[in-house]
Amino acid sequence: MAVSGKRAMGRGARARKAEGSARKTLASEPQDWPQALYGALRSADVRQMAFVPDAGHSKLIELFTADPEVISNVLTTEEEGVAIAAGAWLGGMRSVLLMQSSGVGNCINMLSLATISRFPLLMLVTMRGEWAEFNPWQVPMGRATEPALNAIGIRTFRAETPQALLDMTSSAATLTYEADQQVAVLISQRMLGRKKW
Amino acid sequence: MVTAMTNSRGLDRREAVAALLKDRGDILVITGLGSPGYDVHAASDKDSTFYLWGAMGAAALMGLGLAQARPDRNVVVVTGDGEQLMGLGGLATIAVAKPRNLVIVVIDNGHFGETGMQRSHTGLGLDIAKVAQACGIEARVLRRLREIEAVRDTLQRRSKGPRLFVVKVRAENVPRSLPPRDAVHLKNRFRSQLGLPVT
Repeated sequence: MAVSGKRAMGRGARARKAEGSARKTLASEPQDWPQALYGALRSADVRQMAFVPDAGHSKLIELFTADPEVISNVLTTEEEGVAIAAGAWLGGMRSVLLMQSSGVGNCINMLSLATISRFPLLMLVTMRGEWAEFNPWQVPMGRATEPALNAIGIRTFRAETPQALLDMTSSAATLTYEADQQVAVLISQRMLGRKKW
Repeated sequence: MVTAMTNSRGLDRREAVAALLKDRGDILVITGLGSPGYDVHAASDKDSTFYLWGAMGAAALMGLGLAQARPDRNVVVVTGDGEQLMGLGGLATIAVAKPRNLVIVVIDNGHFGETGMQRSHTGLGLDIAKVAQACGIEARVLRRLREIEAVRDTLQRRSKGPRLFVVKVRAENVPRSLPPRDAVHLKNRFRSQLGLPVT
C-alpha cells in the first residue's frame, strides 16, 4: 500500500515519544493515568476512538477528542462502537472503545461480530457497582460485566492501579492489533475513586 | 393483522439492488444480515463486499468505521428495514460524524422477511427516511428503477455528508443467493483487496 511506508516511519518516532512521555508522566503523577493511557494508545497507532461517556473516562475522552489525528465518535449506545471498530479495521485503522460497565450489557450480541470475525477489539471499561457505590442500579451489571464478557469470548484484564492499567493496556494493544484478539481492560472502581456529588 | 404474505407494490428487490450496484467500480460494500446480503451476492460477489450474517444493527455503523478509515473510497451499506430499525440510534451517530463518503441504502419491504414475513415498523407506517432526515442525514425514498439509476450515478462522488436512501421493494421471498458465512474469510479477502496485511 502506498501510504504505509511513510506512515510507519512517522509513527515510529511519534510512538517512541508518546511511550516515553507516558511512562514519565505516570512515574511522577500516578493520578494523571489518563495522560499515560492516551500516550500508550497513541503509541499503538490508535487513530479512532468511540465512547459513551463515563466520569472515569472524561480526561481520556478530552485528550482523544482534542487530537486532530484521531477520529472520535460519540455513540448513542455502546454496541455501535463494536461495529464501528470492525469497519475501521476492515479499512486498516485501529480503534479503541471506551465505556462504563453498564454499557457492556448493551454490547453482548454485537460482540459476536468481533469474536466470530476475529476483528481486533480493545475496550476500556470503567467499573461501577463494585466499590463505594451509592447507586444500587449499577450493581447488577457491575457484577455481570466480567462473566458476561468472558461468556461471549472476550478476554478480560482487571487493573487495580494506574501502573497495572498502563501495562495491561499496552499489552492488550499488542494482543488486539497484532494477534487479532478481543480484549476488555476493566478499570476498578476502587482505583477510580468515589463518585463526587 | 400482523402478517402479510406479499406486498404487491414496490420494486423487484433483485432488480433494484443489481441496478444500484451495476458498474460499482472501487466502491466498498457492507451488507446487513438476511435478504439484502443475498441481493448483493446475486448481483455479483466481490472481495470488496463484507456480508454480515448476524450482529443485527451493525451494518450502517460498520460502514461508518470503514468510511472513516478510508476517506479515499466511497462506502455503500445495503441493508434491510428490520436491520436498520435495530440500529436507529446509529443514524444519530452517523449524522454527527458527518462522513462524506458513506451512503446507506435500506431495502424496505416493510417486513421481517427471514422469519416469516411479520410486518415491521416500516410496514406499519414508520418512514426511515424521515427519521434519518430528523437526525440530519440527507435522505429520500426511491420507488422507481430510474430513480435508483440516478442515485447510482452519484455513488462515486463525495457528498456534503452521509446520505440514506430507502428503496421500496415488494415483500416476497426470492430464491436465496448465499454469500460465504466464514467471517474471517470475508474479512481477509476484503483487507487483501485493499492491500492490507491479513494476520
